[in-house]
Amino acid sequence: MSSVTVTEAPTGSELLLSTSPHLHSRWTTKQIMWFVVLALVPCVISAVVYFGFYQLVVVATAVVFAVGTEALIQSLMKKPVTVTDGSAVITGLLLGLIVPPNFSLVFTALGSVFSIAIGKMVFGGLGFNIFNPALVGRAFLQAAFPVAITTWTIPHFAVDAVSKATPLAALKFDHVATGLSPLFVGNVGGSLGETSAIAVLLGGIFLLVTGVANWRIPAAMITGVIVFGGGLWLLDPAAPDPVFHLFAGGFLFAAMFMATDMVTSPVTGTGMWIYGLGISLVLVLIRVYGGLPEGVMYSILFMNAFVPLINRYTQPRIFGEGQA
Amino acid sequence: MKFNTFPGGVHPPEEKELSEHCAFERMPAPSMVVLPLSQHLGKQANPLVAKRAAVVQGEVIAEADGFISAPVHSPITGTVKSIGRESNSSGYMKEALVIVPAEAAEGEEIPDPVMMPPLNPDSATVEEIRARVKAAGIVGQGGAAFPTFVKLTPPEGKTIDTVILNGCECEPYLTRDDRFMLERPEAIVSGLKLIMRALGVSKGVIGIENNKPQAIASMEKAVATQNGLSVCALQTKYPQGAEKMLIKAVNGREVPPGRLPLDVGVVIQNIGTAVAIHDAVAKGEPSITAAVTVTGRGIRNPKNLIIPIGTPISDVIAFCGGLTDDAAKVVVGGPMMGVAQHDLNAPIMKATSGIVVLTHDEVRKQEETACLRCGKCVDACPLHLMPTRLARLAQLNMVEEAERLSITVCMECGSCAFTCPANIPLVQWLRLGKQRVIHLQRSRKNTAA
Repeated sequence: MSSVTVTEAPTGSELLLSTSPHLHSRWTTKQIMWFVVLALVPCVISAVVYFGFYQLVVVATAVVFAVGTEALIQSLMKKPVTVTDGSAVITGLLLGLIVPPNFSLVFTALGSVFSIAIGKMVFGGLGFNIFNPALVGRAFLQAAFPVAITTWTIPHFAVDAVSKATPLAALKFDHVATGLSPLFVGNVGGSLGETSAIAVLLGGIFLLVTGVANWRIPAAMITGVIVFGGGLWLLDPAAPDPVFHLFAGGFLFAAMFMATDMVTSPVTGTGMWIYGLGISLVLVLIRVYGGLPEGVMYSILFMNAFVPLINRYTQPRIFGEGQA
Repeated sequence: MKFNTFPGGVHPPEEKELSEHCAFERMPAPSMVVLPLSQHLGKQANPLVAKRAAVVQGEVIAEADGFISAPVHSPITGTVKSIGRESNSSGYMKEALVIVPAEAAEGEEIPDPVMMPPLNPDSATVEEIRARVKAAGIVGQGGAAFPTFVKLTPPEGKTIDTVILNGCECEPYLTRDDRFMLERPEAIVSGLKLIMRALGVSKGVIGIENNKPQAIASMEKAVATQNGLSVCALQTKYPQGAEKMLIKAVNGREVPPGRLPLDVGVVIQNIGTAVAIHDAVAKGEPSITAAVTVTGRGIRNPKNLIIPIGTPISDVIAFCGGLTDDAAKVVVGGPMMGVAQHDLNAPIMKATSGIVVLTHDEVRKQEETACLRCGKCVDACPLHLMPTRLARLAQLNMVEEAERLSITVCMECGSCAFTCPANIPLVQWLRLGKQRVIHLQRSRKNTAA
């Protein structure tokens, strides 16, 4: 028999009570957010490698102002300050990585403040915003400082002057195509974090493997670009080919880090496919027929608006429903 | 090799290694048993004995009241000490008989236990099997404790073609069914054949998760020479052992919302129930013991035990070496659907399958944040509900919308809350929402009537 007697067992008052389930997965909101931060590190590195150390200052400014704005608003509203959850850090990082090289620090800070204040906090903070906050900030900068936001700098290892414009702008306005290899390594003009497909894929694959980002969204976007971009290219060979669509501009960056933002994307599997395909359709239309060389920002913001509707109409079939 | 399964579900840590190697031990009779009159789903049993009455082990002390009910037998020989309200492991105070063992006074002998006459399991008739299962007070060992006799007596007009024995044991930690499959494969097969005969079915399948390779081998060996019996190895995923999920995995059928397995021609019984049926028929044993896995990092010596029903949980814990210093939560049942205990005097009941003691480290409360709309709960829900939406509707008291989105289909398996990174107590909200919908439906019915 045991050495412990019945009377030594704890009494009810010492036992924890809660409803089932009594086990929980290792995921927490904080962990998800900091995993995304980690996944963005390769893009920050590629920005510094191709465009210089100053870009780190730009990204840091964006992060500091995003976190500061959230903390300030939360304390003004007498709500718990939750900046350690990492979500404001992500917004700052994302915004810092989608501005052009050598962007003004003042403008960067303004963009960050706008992202958090208007893109997130007015809706009620984390979990309640409809639009991707970083893209809201970027849209603000685009409207407020249209020239600064489209002034591109030659990357360090550029071999020709063509790289000065972004590959998409070069194609649209000057009808000059950019080869695939510079697009892949990132040796082209463009926003800080977007130019290197390798860096984006490194972080993106990390998010997909760990399950932080739902694979359906990038899968739908890539499928969409191949189908819609490819379709238009077959009809009109002057249009960019689908592979160029994939690697040019902010497409991959957006597919991995922007569209996969949990809060502003659908919760249902079917919904995620519709959302991803929708982004690609709008993107291809803007790139091929629109006045702007790049359309990934607007296409995501556009589809963000449909997310509640998509969720509503893609409710999964309940198990056993419709069976005899 | 590809294993069958169902869409959705989660992968909690299995933790079977704590107790899977522990062969069943019989726990000696305790110094007192507490026997709730309702150890089953349905109507409470009627007590047949009064205070101070002498009872013999195996004697019926409370009879079934109505069709969906079950009798209770005394697990020990002794005296009825009291009849009154006692706490049970579901957290309620319920009517119960308390019996203390008889002390053999000088010159007196303790009477032998009363057993029912053994029957030959190979020749027992349909009526004999049903009558015996009913008289033995057997209830489903899978958790719901539904009187087994009722499941063996399907309503007219239902065609049943398959009996599935549930050997999934998808709840983490529990190893009771695993041990049964290793130690008593013949009794399981015999029980399965009795169930099949009672239902007039020629096809029997034993569904086992593939994290129990030895149990699969043991059962495959036991069914090798049997016609119509087979073992179906299933992917290890929670809640594979839920009835609807098991049927989907075994033969692809989906039980519609609000319907029963027998509506798709299937009856499911638990491994432990099959053993109990065999023992009741072949040995004449009534349902006076429970097979229980006592495990978790909070218990000193995890064991698989055969325990007289009515034994206080505290006695069982003491028998297993007591709690460790960092024990934090005592759960009766599995950790995904079991009930946390506030009173360790609550008794082991017929359908008790496990006592899992979790430590402070394992139950540390994570901070709850706003819903991130990540969709993990939607992916996890085996019934394809939208837990986050339903929880929100429950919070906002939007009862009709919750009803429209089928909240009552939820079986509270806990997959959603397990996977939620925001730590929202989704099951708790869903339970509230379900209660409100049921309340609404009742008041509607009353107005209509």
